[in-house]
Amino acid sequence: MIDSPRADRAATVTIAVLAVAFALFFVLPLAGLIVRAIEEESTWSLLKEPQVRQALGLSLWTSTVTVALTVVFGTPVAYILARGRFPGRAFLDALIDLPIVLPPTVAGVALLTAFGRRGIIGEPIEAWTGYAFSFTTTAVVMAQLLVAAPFYVRAAKSGFESMDPQVERVAYTLGASRVRTFFRITVPQAWPALLAGFVLCWARSMGELGATLIFAGNLEGKTQTMPLAIISAFEGSSLGLAGAIALSLILLVVAFLVLVVFRMAGRWARWT
Amino acid sequence: MSLANHGTIFLRAAALSLLAVLGGGLAQACGGEDDSPPPTATSGASTPATAMASTPTPGLVPLRGEIVVFAASSLIDAFKAGAEVFETRHPGVKVTFNFASSSALATQINEGAPAGVFASADLAQMKNVIDKGAAAESTIFATNVPVLVTPAKGSAVTSFEDLAKPGVRLVLAGPEVPIGRYSRQVLDNASAAASGPGPDFGKRVLDNLKSNEANVRGVLAKVQLGEADAGIVYTTDAAIAGSDVKVIEIPLAWNVTAEYPIAILKDRPNAAAAEAWVEFLLSPDGQAVLREFGFGSPAP
Repeated sequence: MIDSPRADRAATVTIAVLAVAFALFFVLPLAGLIVRAIEEESTWSLLKEPQVRQALGLSLWTSTVTVALTVVFGTPVAYILARGRFPGRAFLDALIDLPIVLPPTVAGVALLTAFGRRGIIGEPIEAWTGYAFSFTTTAVVMAQLLVAAPFYVRAAKSGFESMDPQVERVAYTLGASRVRTFFRITVPQAWPALLAGFVLCWARSMGELGATLIFAGNLEGKTQTMPLAIISAFEGSSLGLAGAIALSLILLVVAFLVLVVFRMAGRWARWT
Repeated sequence: MSLANHGTIFLRAAALSLLAVLGGGLAQACGGEDDSPPPTATSGASTPATAMASTPTPGLVPLRGEIVVFAASSLIDAFKAGAEVFETRHPGVKVTFNFASSSALATQINEGAPAGVFASADLAQMKNVIDKGAAAESTIFATNVPVLVTPAKGSAVTSFEDLAKPGVRLVLAGPEVPIGRYSRQVLDNASAAASGPGPDFGKRVLDNLKSNEANVRGVLAKVQLGEADAGIVYTTDAAIAGSDVKVIEIPLAWNVTAEYPIAILKDRPNAAAAEAWVEFLLSPDGQAVLREFGFGSPAP
């Protein structure tokens, strides 16, 4: 059967229209944000506000800690899930996926029921040590970790799965230790996947709002990260709507810079 | 093979979206046909005279459609109960609510949110909306009183003065939220009082602040959960929490009265129904509902 060229052209036009409409949907909100930020005269002075700086600093700091913890604890889990065959593997796999599909507010409530002052572990901990997690910067990291780490584990697991285990075995037969093999063979091979998971995890923790509000509260300099500062500004804090726009713009620029850096890191990894 | 596959998926998606569109249309059509059932008798509490007054006058076109009411979080329960009464009187009208802090609502309204009525928990946020031209004038329809709440058991706070004790985990609403602003006014009043807990009382209390919650219900939840040792909410919220929390009255000399203004927003559809809702709230029946939930009536 020979397709008519007209049908082909119609398909091309349809695809183009759909693609442009979809792309516009992504471009317009960004454009709106940038235009409003430029229109608002106070945008630039707001960038110097201590509240804005504190929020940005806290966001960068907590998300960095979150990503670091995720890599340290998440990489072995991802590796075990990809390579290991043990009872409960499917359960663990599903468990780690769960926060990806759960609304972050549920994660926040769940954290309270576990680590809150009346939580199953939070209450005894406070009774023994006098320490309570809620309203601390630690709580911010915990909230981010719960919602963001699964994105890294997921990506890392599929990265490990997609490489040929034979390569590792060859390394062992050549006398390389397991640790050496992991760092010299496995990680470089899975690098693109790890990097993608890294970026997703970081982005998700920078954007975390719901679980943080519920579990960590909202206090400047302590638990008020960028998204919390934005919602507080939107809800009428002294920064005002102009503040919400300025903060959003900062977050946009930071996110863009990070993406660029990671893109470059990805390229660099391919060259070496 | 993959092309064929994509084709099937595409077709399926198209069919689904068509169904969704049709379904939506159908639902709407059905909704439209859902004509007003015969008016039923209204709440027994009302006297015959007031019931008469707020029943639509025969001969006039009965009110219908939707009223979107943006209301302060503290009004959640009272307004929902009020809407039930209102809707039995105006069976063609559906009252839809958006509850949040008055400051968040004011921002939304000033950004063009499709609200018909704005009920604020303080005059400042109402002024914010009127200054931006979204409403012309407002009427006070209720009052409320801030109180201190603590978890029912095991709180370090047993009196208002305890708020300044080091280590107390205090949660307030943000300073822009009406109850957050009232809370800080109370602290200022206490600090300024000659025979009060001292001029640095407010500062010491705010040193204990652990979180600026987005609205009054956020404060209440943190106290109910036991995460906070104390918080300041309205009397009406404390009443809803019941036995979960212990209420500590704020000394009268330092306390403030919260005044709730309501306004019909300009250039919105269904102004007649919006007016009817405001009239209902100001009527003896509406006031009775508000009183049931602990609100005070405005000073005459």
